[in-house]
Amino acid sequence: MKDTPLSNCERQFLLKAIEEKKRLDGRQTYDYRNIKITFGTDYGCCIVDIGKTRVLAQVSCDLVAPKDNRPTEGILFFNLELSPMASPAFESNRQSELLVKLNRLLERCLRNSKCIDTESLCVVSGEKVWQIRVDVHVLNHDGNIMDAASIAAIAALSHFRRPDVGIQGEEVTVYTPEERDPIPLSIYHMPICVSFSFFQQGTYLLVDPCEREERVMDGLLVIAMNKHREICSIQSSGGIMLLKEQVLRCSKIASVKVAEITELISKALENDKKVRKEGGKFGYVESMPKERITALKTEVAPVETTDIEMKAKDIVCRTEAPSENMPSPVVHAPGTGQLGEGLQDSWGLEELDELEDDLGEEEEEQGIREQPTEEGKNATKGKYKREVVVISDSEEEEVVILHKGTQVKDLKKQAAQSNQSATAASKKRKKKKQAF
Amino acid sequence: MAGLELLSDQGYRLDGRKPSELRKIQARMGVFAQADGSAYIEQGNTKALAVVYGPHEVRGSRNKTLHDRAVINCQYSMATFSTAERKRRPHGDRKSSEMSLHLKQTFEAAILTQLYPRSQIDIYVKILQSDGGNYSACVNAATLAVIDAGIPMRDYVCACSAGFVEDTPLVDLCHAEESGSGTALALALLPRGGQIALLQMDARLHQDHLDPLMEAAMTACRSLGQVLDGVVRQHLQEVSVLTGE
Repeated sequence: MKDTPLSNCERQFLLKAIEEKKRLDGRQTYDYRNIKITFGTDYGCCIVDIGKTRVLAQVSCDLVAPKDNRPTEGILFFNLELSPMASPAFESNRQSELLVKLNRLLERCLRNSKCIDTESLCVVSGEKVWQIRVDVHVLNHDGNIMDAASIAAIAALSHFRRPDVGIQGEEVTVYTPEERDPIPLSIYHMPICVSFSFFQQGTYLLVDPCEREERVMDGLLVIAMNKHREICSIQSSGGIMLLKEQVLRCSKIASVKVAEITELISKALENDKKVRKEGGKFGYVESMPKERITALKTEVAPVETTDIEMKAKDIVCRTEAPSENMPSPVVHAPGTGQLGEGLQDSWGLEELDELEDDLGEEEEEQGIREQPTEEGKNATKGKYKREVVVISDSEEEEVVILHKGTQVKDLKKQAAQSNQSATAASKKRKKKKQAF
Repeated sequence: MAGLELLSDQGYRLDGRKPSELRKIQARMGVFAQADGSAYIEQGNTKALAVVYGPHEVRGSRNKTLHDRAVINCQYSMATFSTAERKRRPHGDRKSSEMSLHLKQTFEAAILTQLYPRSQIDIYVKILQSDGGNYSACVNAATLAVIDAGIPMRDYVCACSAGFVEDTPLVDLCHAEESGSGTALALALLPRGGQIALLQMDARLHQDHLDPLMEAAMTACRSLGQVLDGVVRQHLQEVSVLTGE
């Protein structure tokens, strides 16, 4: 399904807000959304939420023959999938640009940085090595998939336990988890991606863009770092031009953010380990919040309202007072009241309309001048008087029409003018249609 | 790395260059008569060929047409004989798709696409021999090809790779240096304004080393820009002599 295009006014609104350093959800320019990390019942399964963006990573392992040019190293394989579950814009079979970009970024960030010791994955040199496969699925797309995917992948890898292997001469025995405890992978460091989005040709910068902000951004810079302040990968994308100072500033911001996120991951891993040891319940079912409706209450959106009162007062002072000529209410019969005059209904006025159309056309060519036309109209109106139409023959129903007496002429004038403008507009449309 | 010394004690690299020295560059424009623009570049042992077609009407799917600017279509491929081991899949694999995307992004920033609404510019690049610095060679070849095709650009797009060994930034890496040192930065620069069109880096590098590395790469790009400028002027001279102006 094709992505619904972003309307111009929404785009302008977002850009204007960013210029004034305001974001839709009330964050500051360098703030991340709420990050939540949960682990599943099996080892190596992790779900990461950044705001509403949700990503699932699953690690699995297999014994395979190694690559020819690297006989003593294990194999790491990354696969990121965008399913239509995440966003209707993603199509399941086509390999889109975004998919290639995300996959390559993930691969480069985790594989080239050598965060995992691949030599320890070797079982029999040249014959059997472990192939670690990380599958990342995007469950909900609300911006910034890259960060969520990298956090999920590294957290899942840290959580994973591979089966223990025993070698006796030529024989290799793989022990099941019941026979021997599975072994965790040896991870040197945790590279985490931080995304920076640029707006207005690089003038404004935001960290962790949400989906709307991603739609209006000019370009994206992704910096992958670990907590030892080592940059694992940098990638700029989109057609923006960067300056060296911008890149250096972004790397400084990234180092701060990465330290916080690494803390979060370690804490989550600790919690999970503790819960498993104590024999408590763990896994997704426990960690997903029970979303029951307990009250008809919605969350308060954090909108800045400190100066709303002053602004409102300012606007009220500056505007003119409303016009004084308010019609006074008229009581026709007990229990009814009339305030002002409504528009006359146009159900019985088709013949009148056609005549006014012709008049309307001429008027448009000459330019709108209300006074002379009114006279012309009143002349024609004299011919067409409203006739009372009896709808049914039944003697039981009495059709009573209320005559409004003196207000008829004014009503008719107003109605004529409003009709005329309406029919002029419809004539315009008809003309346009004929042009096609 | 133990066996291969990427930087000797006297400050010389594997092929005898100094750390900030570029490889020998030879380039030629207008190698194909049929294409709108073409160029061939040799950076040391890396050989790249670029061909440009366009601007022409958008072929294929009509809905890719942009109403206010030109669509740039890039394809990167490596010849099967370009690497030490024969390449099984020259294009369509993830790395080639990523390179094509990067090339497209680089040239979308540099070419004045607003001048050609509703049209398409094709850039095809092929690596004939790969000895490190593939992306840089592609970008430089494509720049010359675009100039040969007469498509206006904001500035020359010069690209260079850089690495970091023992606190010294090395510029214009060859294949052994790329796979050995780990750190490889690829930078595409528009020299006059100092604007970076593409920045890509892999492998671990401490944050403090980022500044000198980028600075070295940018200086190298600027000198490369001067070389490209020389090539273009010489080509123009030759062509004008032939047409008798």
